[in-house]
Order: sequence, then C-alpha cells, then structure tokens
Amino acid sequence: MRRLTILAAAVVGAVAFTLVLGWWQVDGPGADTARGARPLALSNMDFALTDHEGNDVGPQSLLGQPSLVFFGFTYCPDVCPTTLADISGWLDELGADAGRLNTVFITVDPERDTVAAMAEYVGYFHEAIRGWAGPLLEIERAVAGFRASFEKVPTSDGYTINHTASVFLFDAEGRFVTTIDYHEPREFAVPKIRRAMGADGEGAT
Amino acid sequence: MKSMFQIIVMATLTAMAGLASAGPEGIVVGDPWSRASIGTSRPGVAYMTIRNTGDSAMTLTGLRTEVAAMPQVHRTATDDSGVSSMAPAGDIEIAPAGTVALEPGSLHAMLMKLNRPLIEAESYSLILIFGDGSEVAVTVPVLGVGARGPEE
Repeated sequence: MRRLTILAAAVVGAVAFTLVLGWWQVDGPGADTARGARPLALSNMDFALTDHEGNDVGPQSLLGQPSLVFFGFTYCPDVCPTTLADISGWLDELGADAGRLNTVFITVDPERDTVAAMAEYVGYFHEAIRGWAGPLLEIERAVAGFRASFEKVPTSDGYTINHTASVFLFDAEGRFVTTIDYHEPREFAVPKIRRAMGADGEGAT
Repeated sequence: MKSMFQIIVMATLTAMAGLASAGPEGIVVGDPWSRASIGTSRPGVAYMTIRNTGDSAMTLTGLRTEVAAMPQVHRTATDDSGVSSMAPAGDIEIAPAGTVALEPGSLHAMLMKLNRPLIEAESYSLILIFGDGSEVAVTVPVLGVGARGPEE
C-alpha cells in the first residue's frame, strides 16, 4: 500500500514536472527569445506610433477586436506589396467581417516611411488596412513585443531592410493566436483569420 | 585618328551585335508583368518565366531597360524564423529544357533608380542579357500597385 502511494506520487510528480517544463519553455521565462519565440499578448506590449491618418496608436488600441499585424516598408518591391495584396484578397473574402478585424501594417523604415508616405501607400490596397509609422525607438519596441526582427542592409541602391514577413494574428483580448507564414499555402490564411476572430468574435485560443 | 577609327569600328560592331541579338533561339518568355510604381523613388519590380527550349544552357547575366538606370535580378529568401531578406541573385543558369520563374517572394527583376514612374495599363521594354552576348527584349505590361499576377 505504501509502495503504491509512492508510485502514484512519483507519477503525479513526473506529470507535473513535464507540464511545468512545457510551460517554462513555451510561455514561461524559459521561452526562446529569438527564433520561433511566441509574441507577447498585445496587452503586455508597450509602444506608441501614429497611424496613417495621424492618430496616436499603440497595442492597446487593438484590444476589443481581433487583429492581423505585419511588418514591412514601402520601399520593399517584392515581399511587402505581395503580402499587402494577399491580405487585401483575404479581406475581400471576409467581406463585411473585415470590419471586425484590425488590420495593421507597421513600417520598419522610419527614415523613409513618414505618416504621409504610409497614407499614400496603404491607399493602393484594401481600405481596412491601417499603416502605422513612428520613431525608430518605438518601432524597435513594437518589433521586440512581437518577437520579430528587422535589420537595415546597405545596397547599391541605398538600403533595404530584412524583416520578419510573417503575418501575426491576435484574438479580441489581444492574445496571440498564430502566424501566417510567407511561404505557407495561401488557402490556409482565411481559416486562420476566422479562427482568430472566433465564431462570434469571442477570443479563440 | 586611329582611336577615332577604333571607336567607329567598335560602335558599328556593337550596333551589328545589337541587330543580331534579336533573340537567341530557344529562349521563351512567358507571363511578364510589373507592378505600377508610386513615383520614382521606390524600386520597381518585374516578374516572368524564362524557358530555355534550346539544347545548351543559357546564363542570364544582366538586364537593361529605359525605365530604370539600375535593373538587376534579385532573390528574396525567407528563413525558418520568417525573416525575409533580398540580395542580388548573380548569374542565373537556365538548363536546356529548364525554366526559371521570376515570381513574388523569390527571384525578381528589381528596377532600381527608376527614370520614370511605371504607370498602370502602360508597358515598357525590358532586355534580358545572356552570357553568350545574346539579348531578348520583353514587353512588360504594368498592372496595379496591388496586383497579384497577370491572371487577376
């Protein structure tokens, strides 16, 4: 009887250890801070930017609705317009539901992407897309919160910016749901967005 | 005087080479398209497929166009952590019966230092230069800034 109790305690202990280890590595302090790391909840991020209409915005402005957020820059000839065009297509598919989703394009090029430049650029894509710009320091804080990265690289033409091209999805409470990666099949995108939006707009996990 | 003569001879040879290079046999370009640019300060981009139907490998070594001072083939790569980067692609060999696709998120003709804006519904000529000195002129239609490809 005593032996059985010890065994049961050992099993419970092992399960608990595994659970704690999993939490530690995925969401806890042991979470990877670089590659493959999970973005913070929007409610735990802290940065202040300006949208393309001149409004002060930040992660708190996104709470209350599910959100789709990605990073890019308007001098990017290939990936960024392709991503914006893809997102525009997804928003078209969502139809009226697109109005229940915050769709935000945050520039990683504060030197060239002014509020006016963002306003002109997003005007070529779906009307629901908001363009956020701001000083380098605030953009760095935003990128850090998303566990994303960007790096300015000189070219013969000036400079380009390597950056995280994934699209981030958050639920209405600002909890991170998933990403849509650049090279995954595009037909997975709209179901993922719907998952983040939840059946009736309540948070998904 | 001699140098003048040399210049004339070289210019004549160059012109002849230009005439002779109406197109190497075997290179077939499909579905060229370009996105409209916003002014001239941002680089433009062009996409197409380049098929080599000939018997020998062809190497795409460069681009030339009146619309941009510095056209160059670039390659976008996205790593495991989702970070996209872009760099000159260098020479691109196209094997016999092979096809190279310049497509979004991969190889693309990057048109740096635009001389004029690329305007939707217009088109321009882009010359593909191959390692054997031959050239292929491609007429590239300009689609919208938010275009996803020629079919849409």
